[in-house]
Amino acid sequence: MPSQVTAFAVFFASIFTGNILLTNYLGMCSFLAVSKEMKTSLGLGAAVTFVLTVTTPLNWLVYQYLLIPFNLEYLRFIVFIIVIAAFVQLTEMTLERYSEPLYQSLGIFLPLITVNCAILGASLFMVIREYTFMTSLLFGLGSGIGWLLAIVAMSGIRAKLRTAKIPPALEGPGISLIIAGFMAMAFMGFSGMIAVS
Amino acid sequence: MAKSGLLKTFTEPLGKNNPVFVQILGICSTLAVTNKLQNTMVMVLGVTFATALSSWTVSLLRKRIPSRIRMMVETMIIAAYVILVDIILKAYYPEMWKQLGPYVGLIITNCIVMGRVEAFALTNKPLPSLVDGLASGLGYAYVLLIIAAVRELMGSGSLWGYRILGPWWTNWAIMVMPPGGFFILAIAIWVIRETVGKEVSHA
Repeated sequence: MPSQVTAFAVFFASIFTGNILLTNYLGMCSFLAVSKEMKTSLGLGAAVTFVLTVTTPLNWLVYQYLLIPFNLEYLRFIVFIIVIAAFVQLTEMTLERYSEPLYQSLGIFLPLITVNCAILGASLFMVIREYTFMTSLLFGLGSGIGWLLAIVAMSGIRAKLRTAKIPPALEGPGISLIIAGFMAMAFMGFSGMIAVS
Repeated sequence: MAKSGLLKTFTEPLGKNNPVFVQILGICSTLAVTNKLQNTMVMVLGVTFATALSSWTVSLLRKRIPSRIRMMVETMIIAAYVILVDIILKAYYPEMWKQLGPYVGLIITNCIVMGRVEAFALTNKPLPSLVDGLASGLGYAYVLLIIAAVRELMGSGSLWGYRILGPWWTNWAIMVMPPGGFFILAIAIWVIRETVGKEVSHA
């Protein structure tokens, strides 16, 4: 298969069939904590997409041109985390400078992007699945969009839930997880369309 | 006094301050491997190891870490221990290492590790921090092991790779697939909150 086609297949697969949140459970912490409001979810989702799109190919370059030539592959966890942390810092400063309200509403969650499993996860998947540069870029973008889609859908459903009667012990995270389960099932419906590789 | 304090530090994360049920932390990296009991065991041991030793190390260094860059320093310390886990697994259990794939590395971003370091180790002495990290790791471990046992039993009719249920059992394929993890965790949280007590949700 020509590599272009594969790259786009990876892109769509990472949004739907291989959604990083719903099939790999990555980024659950912020997903459960932030998905109460649509606006905040959109903001965080956009931030995650941005960071993922940039850091996945960036880490690809670092891995291919710094770690492999020097036989330092085992340091990839630390190096990837440093790259990601630097980028999150940049995102934070940009938001603070240009979008005060968004910065306010995201507040404490921005530093948490560094420890958002989805971001590091995408970089690690990229290494294990031996993606090319282009594929990593599209994979990062697709994973971000997939995550955004999931969290925005979740916040929409949770807004409806406020008026629903839920057993008290199931309120909050419990019901969110059940909804996430249904969403995962719904997304599985796409799996006949594109093979996940 | 000191002794009972340590004991309390140890028992709290196992019960009323359980990281999974009460704080809903750290499910990201490990839920994905709960479709098999063996994989889960290796992962939770890795998490417990990383949580305990990172808490201990951060606590030792707590007066020397500048607060502005403390997140960075903590992450480096955690990453160092996770790399150890990764190297050991790769050397002695290459099969397991392959199956776990990226999830070993993702222990770094497991919220429990960072959470305990931030919430406890930064303000406490090394020994209590070690105990707290260990107990949080174990509190997390048993919950995930239960989830993994349920998923493996229902999804494959086996436990620890051994066939338990007879041929009459039809495997619930959904259990070993991603939605199963969400459902079982939700049900576990529901049951625990209903029986043990109504804790305030932090999410």
